[in-house]
Parts: sequence; C-alpha cells; structure tokens
Amino acid sequence: MTRVSLEVNGKKTSIDIPDNTLLSTFLREHLNLKGTHIGCDTSQCGACVVIVNGKTVKSCTMLALQAAGSRVETVESLCDDGKLHPMQRAFHEYHALQCGFCTPGMLMTAVALAKKGKEIDELSVRTELEGNLCRCTGYQNIVAAILAGAKKMRTQT
Amino acid sequence: MINFSFQKPTSITDAVTALSKSEDGLFLAGGQTLIPVLKQRLAMPCDIIDLGDINDLKGIVAKKHSVLIGATTTHSEVEASPVVREHIPALAELAGHIGDPHVRNLGTLGGSLANNDPSADYPAAVLGLGATIHTNQRSISSDEFFVGLFQTALDPGEMIVRVEFPIPEKSGYAKFPNPASRYAIVGVFVSSFSGSVRVSVTGAESCVFRQVSFEEALAEHFAIDALTDFAVPSDRFNSDLHASAEYRAQLVRVMACRAIIMIDEEKKQ
Ligand SMILES: Cc1cc2nc3c(=O)[nH]c(=O)nc-3n(C[C@H](O)[C@H](O)[C@H](O)COP(=O)(O)OP(=O)(O)OC[C@H]3O[C@@H](n4cnc5c(N)ncnc54)[C@H](O)[C@@H]3O)c2cc1C
Ligand code: FES
Ligand code: FES
Repeated sequence: MTRVSLEVNGKKTSIDIPDNTLLSTFLREHLNLKGTHIGCDTSQCGACVVIVNGKTVKSCTMLALQAAGSRVETVESLCDDGKLHPMQRAFHEYHALQCGFCTPGMLMTAVALAKKGKEIDELSVRTELEGNLCRCTGYQNIVAAILAGAKKMRTQT
Repeated sequence: MINFSFQKPTSITDAVTALSKSEDGLFLAGGQTLIPVLKQRLAMPCDIIDLGDINDLKGIVAKKHSVLIGATTTHSEVEASPVVREHIPALAELAGHIGDPHVRNLGTLGGSLANNDPSADYPAAVLGLGATIHTNQRSISSDEFFVGLFQTALDPGEMIVRVEFPIPEKSGYAKFPNPASRYAIVGVFVSSFSGSVRVSVTGAESCVFRQVSFEEALAEHFAIDALTDFAVPSDRFNSDLHASAEYRAQLVRVMACRAIIMIDEEKKQ
C-alpha cells in the first residue's frame, strides 16, 4: 500500500492504495466515479480516457501512482450543477451515441481537443479520434457533435 | 493485475540502484507497452521503478550537428517540438503517427527503443539517422543497438538516458500502418548526409535493419527512379495475417519511394 495524493475533478484526494492499482480502477472503485468506462482493458478502445494535467490518457494503461501529484479530470467534471457541458449538449443534439459505452472517452477526448484552441475541421477530429472506438454510431454523428460542441465552447469563453 | 511494489526515484543514480537491489525489477516509462505486458503476465516483476520524475531524462536540445532527446520525452513532445521540427522534421512526423494521441501523450522514446518491437517506428529513425544511444554506462551506436526480436544491446539494469540524432541534410519516413494499431506493417526511413545515404526498414523482419542495396543506389542518384529495378528478397520477411512476406518486400520499395517523395515535397515548401 502507498498513499496517493492527487486532484480529481478539482478535489484534492489522498488515500492508501495497493501499488498495482490502475488509474481506471482507482477512479471507479476507490473514488466511485463510474463514469470512466472500461471497454477493453487492453489499451485499444479509449472508453477509459481521462485528462491528466491537460493531456488525454487511457486510464487503464496508467498506474494511479504514476498520476500522483497530478490534476485528473473525468467525465463527471463536465456537468456543472446539473447543467450539461456544451460538448455533452452537442452529443445529445447530434445523436452522437447509441449504447453510450464509448461516450465518456469520446467526450474527454473532444473537450481536450477543443481546449487546444486550434481551428478544427472534420479531418482533425477524425485524426484525434484514432484511439477512440465506437461500435454503434459509425462516427459520423460523433464528428458532427464535436465540431459543433467545440464551436460552442469557443463562443462561450 | 500482478502484485509489485512501486518506486518513483528522482535521480538516475537512485533509479539504477533501486533496480540493482531488486531481484527482477523493471523500469517503467510511459507504460504503453509495459502495463499491457504486466496485465498479460508476460512479465511478473516484484518491483516497478517509475522514471517519470527524473529531470535528467527529459527534454530536447539542439547542438551544432545533432539533436539530443531525453529518454522519457513523450511521442507528443517530440511531435510538437519546434527544435525537432526545424532540424529533423521527419522525426517529428514519425512521432506524430505513433499509435493514437493518448498513447503518444504517455509513450516515450526510451521505452520504445528498449522494447525494440519489430514493428515500432522509432527504431527506424534511430537506425536510419545513425543515432547514438547514451545510457547510464556508455554510448551505443544504432548499428549495434538493435540486436534481434525485442532484443537490444542494453545490459540488464542499464538505462537509456538520451538519444543523439545527427542532423541530416534531408530525411523522410513513410509507413504502411496496421489499420488497427498503427504499428508499421512496413516503415522505411531514408536520410542523406552530404552524399552518404542511410535507409532503414522496420516491420518487415524480426528486427529493424538497413537496406544497403537502396543506400548504394540512392547515394549515386537520390531519386525514386534509382529504386525502380530493385526486387527486394523476401525470404527473411515476416508473414502473418496482416501481410505476406512477398507483400512486405513490395512495401519496402514503395515506402522507400514515398519517403523520398516526402523529402522532395518538403523541399518545395
Ligand atoms: C494502442 C497502442 C498503439 C501503439 N502504436 C504504436 C505504433 O504505431 N508505433 C510504435 O512504434 N509504437 C506503438 N505503440 C507502442 C508505444 O510507442 C509505446 O509507448 C512504446 O513502445 C513503449 O514506450 P513506453 O514509454 O510506454 O515504455 P514502457 O511501456 O514504460 O516500457 C517498455 C520497456 O522498456 C523499458 N524501458 C523504458 N524506459 C527505459 C529506459 N529509459 N531505459 C531502459 N529501459 C527502459 C521498460 O522496462 C519496459 O521493459 C503503441 C502502443 C499502444 C498501447
Ligand atoms: S479500457 Fe482503456 S483503452 Fe479500452
Ligand atoms: S455509442 Fe455504443 S460504442 Fe459508441
């Protein structure tokens, strides 16, 4: 057991965990943040993507102790007091999910992309989604939602 | 997940000492290979020594004739580095096409080289540029570093500290990626240093290698038509569900040509 101290969704956390705890397990089991999904557990699907110090990572492929001292953001951070984040609203409006299993990873990847502040187009969105698999939608609506959500995020800040 | 104990030293010396004290410990860099390996129980170390807090392993610096990149520099950092973009743009491009953005945010140069996956991208750049691997003990030339399937010249407990890439006159890298993983089914790196040419191939055999026949032809005439008549022998090539040995042999020539076309296009810009 080792004590891990880090910030998750703006809240400082410090708990003892077994050394071999994955960041995904830490978030889901230790902090009960079940929004982060485990799709494959083999580093392929991106359902488990969270943002660590501003960068997207597959939380099933990082140890919680590697993230000690970091700022972690999960899908739970997006909703503000019951009000959906612009990217979540865009996913809703554009019907960018069916079963919803890939959605947390898609949303975190999309928000991180939009926050880079660069102009984005369909190609850059599709390129950025290389590590996020969706077995339902065929991606079309996800790409449309991300373009719309990113535009909303820009106009709101 | 197997059990192990985790340490995060802040100096090279402390990390090397920690590893030497452990019966079967392993360094952890980006974890993009090692964590899947641990999950599959292909390795079961008692100790994991995380290199993430060691400042001496980080960073990118340009010298007069070379670019030095620290072992724990991530693929994303190399991709975005203005220094790499200015001096060896092909290397930045290569880093930017490894796996996916999330893998690139964690995966590192040192981890990729130590692992020496037969389909990995960085070994092609290191061998294709004639880079030098500086470890905590010595300097190893790229021609000696890659020994075989997942095997390198590193001794047990030896740590890659940084890699020194000579700045070429021109260089290019083209890969035919596996559509799922983005690893190279075949990738070819071509570089030219005042007349001498290096061509390295990844993905085709059990380990990255130099295509000497291409090097000689391109040294005489640096253009794709120098490669038109080359049949690449396929007897040592990998054959699997992604591509037959013969197909890989064909890809070696095509990727070499594409790398040269990239160089030409870059010059025009
Ligand atoms: C989905 C996915 C797609 C990928 N696609 C590609 C691709 O297209 N092309 C490609 O080239 N790679 C690809 N990779 C692999 C990726 O580039 C890895 O990051 C890389 O191979 C290992 O680097 P790491 O920093 O993650 O090392 P780790 O996984 O932390 O370590 C790997 C090995 O190297 C050792 N090691 C690490 N650092 C050092 C050091 N400084 N000195 C000595 N030993 C060290 C470790 O002990 C371990 O044995 C992919 C990985 C994934 C998960
Ligand atoms: S659960 Fe992490 S990549 Fe699929
Ligand atoms: S909505 Fe079902 S996997 Fe994407």
